[in-house]
Amino acid sequence: MKRTLPEFGVLLPGIAGLIVLTVYLALLLQVESQTEIAALLVIAVVAALAATRFGVMPRIGRSFREFEGPFSLAIACAVLVMVAYFHEDHFILLLIATVIIYIIVTLGLNIQFGFVGMLNFAGAAFFGVGCYTAAVLTKNTPLPHLLILVIGGLMAAFIGSLLILPVLRTRGHYSAVITIAFGLLFKIFLEVNDVLGGPQGLHVDGMNVLGWEFNKNIEIGDDLEISFYVNYIIVGLLVLGLSFTLVRRLERSWIGLNLDAIRLDETAAACFGLNLIRWKVTAFTVGNFLIGMAGALYAMMVGFIAPTNFTFGDSLIMVSIVLLGGIGNPWGLVVATIILVIVPEKLQAIQEYRFLLFATMVMLMLLFRPEGLLPRPLRTYFPAWKPR
Amino acid sequence: MNAESHLLVARELTKRFGGLVAIDALSLEVRRNEILGLIGPNGSGKTTFFNVITGIYASDSGETVFDGNDISNLPAQAVYRAGIARTFQRSRLSLPLSIFDNIMVGNHMHLDQGLWFNLGRRGAFKRQFEEQFERARELIKIFDPPLADRMFEAVGGFPMIDRRRIEICRALISQPKLLLLDEPSAGMTHEETTQLMNDILEVKERVTDLTVIIIEHEMGVIERITNDCVVLNFGRKICQGSYQEVAADMQVQEAYLGIK
Repeated sequence: MKRTLPEFGVLLPGIAGLIVLTVYLALLLQVESQTEIAALLVIAVVAALAATRFGVMPRIGRSFREFEGPFSLAIACAVLVMVAYFHEDHFILLLIATVIIYIIVTLGLNIQFGFVGMLNFAGAAFFGVGCYTAAVLTKNTPLPHLLILVIGGLMAAFIGSLLILPVLRTRGHYSAVITIAFGLLFKIFLEVNDVLGGPQGLHVDGMNVLGWEFNKNIEIGDDLEISFYVNYIIVGLLVLGLSFTLVRRLERSWIGLNLDAIRLDETAAACFGLNLIRWKVTAFTVGNFLIGMAGALYAMMVGFIAPTNFTFGDSLIMVSIVLLGGIGNPWGLVVATIILVIVPEKLQAIQEYRFLLFATMVMLMLLFRPEGLLPRPLRTYFPAWKPR
Repeated sequence: MNAESHLLVARELTKRFGGLVAIDALSLEVRRNEILGLIGPNGSGKTTFFNVITGIYASDSGETVFDGNDISNLPAQAVYRAGIARTFQRSRLSLPLSIFDNIMVGNHMHLDQGLWFNLGRRGAFKRQFEEQFERARELIKIFDPPLADRMFEAVGGFPMIDRRRIEICRALISQPKLLLLDEPSAGMTHEETTQLMNDILEVKERVTDLTVIIIEHEMGVIERITNDCVVLNFGRKICQGSYQEVAADMQVQEAYLGIK
């Protein structure tokens, strides 16, 4: 294929944006002085505002839209470069892995809330279902661990559909109320259930794929030791890649259209033959599958899980990521997850107040930019396709 | 009165909302390939009749036979599959979606809805997408050729007349046997209404085997495009006939103008 100059013009803003962002994130992760971190954050806000003001953002957006495949790979490479740079720093690598896992979770929530319009306030609980499934299965069965990831997802999907089926005949937000109840119940259930460790929680075996022990540092030669978190980052990136592709294909198909139509007007959708229950269950189930799978991976990575990991507050953070990022836009989720996971960890001054801060951010967002940081663009079924 | 000549037969349809009888033992026959005007003052049950036929409301008694099949109280989805499509009084397009997306919502039964087809077989999906894109474009060209080049723009950015056209396209794309138009002229100027009626007449000419029921307040429109009229008042049919016959009827004048 002949590369022409205009195409390069489309590519350039994306490449530049990616490099700047990678360097910036590496810097943010490395710096430890609180004033320097605060300064970096201020710079980011100013730069983002300036970029919006001078129309740089739409150009970067266009690069990403028209070359989404190559850019997704480039981002994965950028993550690997960052990982190589921080190869022995456990804390930073854990943060990166957590961001990756959280993006998978919010991709799931996005199918539910962003596409079909069902609010799920039990994100942390479905995540927990995946975690506990992994804990029980790694301890008691010889099942291959990659399969356990899938089973974790299936469990969350199964419990989710069981929960939601009875209320789907009703209209409005009954399903959201049910998820709140389930989220609260799940934590209490874990606390009183001795088989699942009660309030003390459970140990989870580390991942082991074909004899490759994930929880051991990788030693290359005598003096190069790479943190074991790198294993999880690699698997996380693979799962994320698959999840992202799934969400994209879903959106760019008739199913994505059905989900949008139902969110926007149930009565009209029903008048054109759409089976509301079928599509709601589909979206809810697929979303919970991703959340549960992410949970199973997370449990194996951290090695220990307890009911306090799965509170209603955690579910709210997950929902606020979706609201902040741009409802329905997977790239918005990536940006919002990075902000909401990394910033409180780095800036210790706000750790205690993070709920207050998140709540304020979401409220300001809904007031002044309800479409989110990166608004969802119109559906293109095949981005490069032009009508004849 | 045989089933051959009548596409839709409603018998003694009744719909109550609490104490209010919205339609009251309404019987109505619609001949194939005609345009039937449904007129009557506000609150006379016209839209309720549409909502009962299309399965949005369940009727309290009575039955509806469409194309020889009993469709009384079927869910909206089944009514659509049987071949009835509609527009709404207050336009119910999905404004954030593109023209193409909106039309494709109406095309639901011609699209492959399988999970694997949509997610796994992108090549096959693309062929169907291109095929349906051409269909949608041909259809919208009948209404307004420039719209065919703007298929991937959000509907929210278009003026009311274009939205009505898109809404009618959404109903027509499934090739229904019966099209229900609920006050297509609402919110439009006189000139726009005239244009839209030209469009509807043109579609009617091009599409064989299409029957239309139109709810309308503008008598000019009714006079121009309908073959037959039914007048409702307080949920009852008070008169049926050609526009001239209906307009001359005393009861109608009474309902509309309050003349005794």
